Amino acid sequence: MHFYKEVLHVEEQLKQLEQEALAKIEAAANLKELNDVRVAYLGKKGPITDLLKGMGKLSAEERPKMGALVNTVRENVTAQLEVKVAVFEEAAIAEKLATEAIDVTLPGRSIAVGNRHPLTRVIEEIEDLFVGMGYEIAEGPEVEKDYYNFEALNLPKGHPARDMQDSFYISEEILLRTHTSPVQARTMEAKKGESIRIICPGKVFRRDNDDATHSHQFMQIEGLVIGENIRMSDLKGTLDALAKKMFGAEREIRLRPSFFPFTEPSVEMDISCFKCGGSGCNVCKKTGWIEILGAGMVHPNVLEMAGYDPKKVSGFAFGIGAERIAMLKYGVDDIRHFYTNDTRFLSQFERTEG
Amino acid sequence: MLVSLEWLKDYVSTQDLAPEVLAEKITRSGIEVDAVIDRASGMDKVVVGHVVSKEKHPEADKLNICQVDVGEAEPQQIICGAPNVDVGQKVIVARPGAHLPGGIKIKKAKLRGHESNGMICSLQELGIEGKLVPKAYAEGIYVLPADAEPGSDALALLGLRDTVLELGLTPNRSDALSMLGVAYEVGAILSEEVKYPEISYKTSSEKAEDVLKLRVEDLQANPMYVAKVVKNVKITESPMWLQHRLMAAGVRPHNNVVDVTNYVLMEYGQPLHAFDYDSLATGEIVIRKATEGETITTLDDQERTLKASDLVITNGKEPVAIAGIMGGANSEVTEKTTTVVIESAYFDGLTVRQTSRDLGLRSDASARFEKGVDPNRVVPAAERAAALLAELAGGEVLEGTCIVDELDKTPARVVVSPDFINERLGMKISLEEMLTILDRLKFDVEAANGLLIIDVPTRRQDIKIEEDIVEEIARLHGYDEIPMTLPEGAQVGRLTPYQEKRRVVRNFMEGAGLYQAVTYSLTSESLSQRFALKTEPVTRLLMPMSEDRSTLRQSLVPHLIEAAAYNVARKADSVALYEVGSVFLGQSAEGQPVEEEHVAAVLTGKWVDHAWQGEHKAVDFFVLKGIVEGLVGKLGLGERLSFVKAEVDGLHPGRTASILLDGEKVGIIGGLHPAEQKAWGVKDTYVMEMNLVALLAASANEAPLGYTPVPRFPAMSRDIALVLDRATAAGEVVSVIRAANVKLLKDIRIFDVYEGEKMEAGKKSVAFSLTYFDPERTLTDEEVVAAHNKVLKAIATIEGTEVR
Repeated sequence: MHFYKEVLHVEEQLKQLEQEALAKIEAAANLKELNDVRVAYLGKKGPITDLLKGMGKLSAEERPKMGALVNTVRENVTAQLEVKVAVFEEAAIAEKLATEAIDVTLPGRSIAVGNRHPLTRVIEEIEDLFVGMGYEIAEGPEVEKDYYNFEALNLPKGHPARDMQDSFYISEEILLRTHTSPVQARTMEAKKGESIRIICPGKVFRRDNDDATHSHQFMQIEGLVIGENIRMSDLKGTLDALAKKMFGAEREIRLRPSFFPFTEPSVEMDISCFKCGGSGCNVCKKTGWIEILGAGMVHPNVLEMAGYDPKKVSGFAFGIGAERIAMLKYGVDDIRHFYTNDTRFLSQFERTEG
Repeated sequence: MLVSLEWLKDYVSTQDLAPEVLAEKITRSGIEVDAVIDRASGMDKVVVGHVVSKEKHPEADKLNICQVDVGEAEPQQIICGAPNVDVGQKVIVARPGAHLPGGIKIKKAKLRGHESNGMICSLQELGIEGKLVPKAYAEGIYVLPADAEPGSDALALLGLRDTVLELGLTPNRSDALSMLGVAYEVGAILSEEVKYPEISYKTSSEKAEDVLKLRVEDLQANPMYVAKVVKNVKITESPMWLQHRLMAAGVRPHNNVVDVTNYVLMEYGQPLHAFDYDSLATGEIVIRKATEGETITTLDDQERTLKASDLVITNGKEPVAIAGIMGGANSEVTEKTTTVVIESAYFDGLTVRQTSRDLGLRSDASARFEKGVDPNRVVPAAERAAALLAELAGGEVLEGTCIVDELDKTPARVVVSPDFINERLGMKISLEEMLTILDRLKFDVEAANGLLIIDVPTRRQDIKIEEDIVEEIARLHGYDEIPMTLPEGAQVGRLTPYQEKRRVVRNFMEGAGLYQAVTYSLTSESLSQRFALKTEPVTRLLMPMSEDRSTLRQSLVPHLIEAAAYNVARKADSVALYEVGSVFLGQSAEGQPVEEEHVAAVLTGKWVDHAWQGEHKAVDFFVLKGIVEGLVGKLGLGERLSFVKAEVDGLHPGRTASILLDGEKVGIIGGLHPAEQKAWGVKDTYVMEMNLVALLAASANEAPLGYTPVPRFPAMSRDIALVLDRATAAGEVVSVIRAANVKLLKDIRIFDVYEGEKMEAGKKSVAFSLTYFDPERTLTDEEVVAAHNKVLKAIATIEGTEVR
């Protein structure tokens, strides 16, 4: 009988302890107070432990029952503790986050970026188009022999067309190249009769006073194709691809007869105006067409001088001014901008195009 | 070439096409029409007036009050300020309400209290350029012929109801430098026939040969010379139609004789010259090369000194004209002239061109001779001029012609197959179509054995080979008809390794924050070698346009500094530019300078400017050095790169280094000298330039990329702080440590440098972090200590160095 009373007593004590502990947990204001509760009730010196220690007095039958009861109380208290800890931790994090909030509209730390010069941009775009069509890129000296600049291109000394390109001479036989055509002449000489597909970009020079539309130095890109059965229709198709790449897929081209000593027949190529689409505006001077480049079928004298047999092979060539393309494409109004290197100008060519 | 359509219609029908339509057709088939000029554009109410009376304006000395009959019941009062206005003249009157060029509108007005109902006009006021107005009227009003009807349209009378096409001729189309040439072109385009002017005149019984002796001493330079003699000419003004046709063509009328030569020049493209026979004095014309230093005063009153290569017309004693370029003042046609010698000749183009260049004297005549005139028009042009002189100057043409003629006048023959034409064009044009086109061009053609045998008229000296025929057929068939194809057969397209790596270099520099600049290859001689990596003899232009662009550069740096200064002057805080371009050094065996591609950069101002978080960094030597190291590293050459203190004129003596690759100089880097900065107007500025060709050549030999296992064992590091003499370079210490060849030592980093008051004078402290590592295992302390001791031992050999 005594024993039963003892058990009852312990059970009550436990319940009471549980109630007390839960109330204290509920009342705890911070993590420290919670920890105090944990130590006070569940610690090695706490009352529950004490009760467990007293279990030795119990009978073998009663002991497990008692143990289960103690564990239940412990679990309840522990669970409630964990819930409360989580609440406090969350609040602590929320507080930390609140103090760490930033003004996301402040400017980022900018990364220094430069970009290609607009002329390089134009040239690379053309290079990549032609490399895709099986061309190589040929380069040559800016200071040329009169032979490669003129004579090998069917412009013998005293030729009236030399008037068209007043040049910077270094000596009787050496000058700053007036076009990149000497690269073509050199390539033909080096290829010794093999077929050729090249693009020749580079700096060229003319004896002009610098103003809004003239520059004594400018960039040219020329193309040359030589092989069996190269036709004028191939030239036209190639120029059409170039026009569409540089000025948009809707562009149409037209060829007009012209004259260059190194080609026969010779043509000028116009594109339909990209601004007005052909209805007439300021860009195309109300004609609907914009003159873009000169081209033609390689003159048999040029082929012959470079060791090709004009009876067996034919070819076409074209030349385009990088400044002219850039001025039209980007609406640049003064050629001198390309050579003053004002960063307010250069930085406008940073992004990709739509 | 200015082509009056009213004039052109004398020779060919334009099918009454609107001028713009005709212009478009001409442009599309070969000759670019640069402008379509309506000569009467915007003008109206301009009529003929008859000056009935003239009295001085009471209030103004220079003004006259004129009563002018303008075809109405009452004369109109018009006040005129021209000095040459006079009673009885027929004049040009702009009525009130008239519009004149330049947006001028004529209104009734009061001039000093007197009414003026319109304006008596000069030709300039009708939009004719002053330099084309006959000299007699250049300073006043223009006087119309006496038979002009008052009130009638003065614009029609002046030939201004006309449209002029301005042709932009390419050098090959000199055939279109004449009205007849243009008529052939238009005729070919429109399938119309060309009509030549009719030539007829009565001749006197006297023979030209009897009064003029002709001798040509240089048949190579002058293979054909024709002279006609016209007596009893009366020098007057030319008739209106002739004057206004000349003005439309851009030629100033002078007198009837000179005007006739110019008219025939424009009509036939054959330059003519008129001599005053009596001034020749010898009755003789001898064409010869000039003697060196011989002089002649030309029609423009300039004395010209001649060379032995120049061809002159002489009277047997002295020059009376420079062949094909300009006549002499001594034989000029004047008001007193009664007998005229008309010269029509074929002068060698190269001779004319050379003389024209040497003298700096160009004329309508020289422009045509240079390009080659039509051998078959030399005689007709002379005959046409003789007929016009008979008609317009009352002259008597002497019978016969003085002539020397060794000129080949046979047409060029071109044989071409229709298949060749179609193959070249990549299209199919029928034989019939080709024959029609050649007929429209008035080429003689015969089709035989599958070939076209074509005799090209001598007026088309540009047609010589098969390809020329291809062009003629194609342009008249229409370039729009050519299909679009691409060349047959595939080829591999690619960049060369050099070109690929140059793009890598550009991308690196741009990624590093620098804009690409493009500057001029030509500079001043004084800047040409400034900051150069190496200097060689400079290359100068023969005839520079200015000293600033006289010499090819040997360094990219000066123009980059100039660009930086330009930006700084426009309030840019910071500038970072690079350029890839060639420098020009000395002379190769070929005679040209050696061109070497370099890469250069300039930095000035701020490098990092992130103000609100307090992050600032100005550009300095090490910012630029980092870029150089990064770039060289990108090319796989980082291990082979070193820097050694150097001096370069214009750079800061304490902040300049040579950039070495395997110990060889490939570049320079440094801060601008303060004096230099002041001169350019920039603050702290740093520049570098490297030989790109050398870098990329070295890079070409680098091993291909390969994988090294990622380390599995930790590295150990030890720090040491050294006290060094201030003059001892940290790099020297690194070299010494490396030279000790400590196997486990993998990396040496400098993490602190201190020079300041806490240091003994002349000393500095540099702290190094040394990393020891073995890829095979974790190192023991003993092994690291042993390795580190070797390092310390090596350091101890550097004089004046102690470990702190």
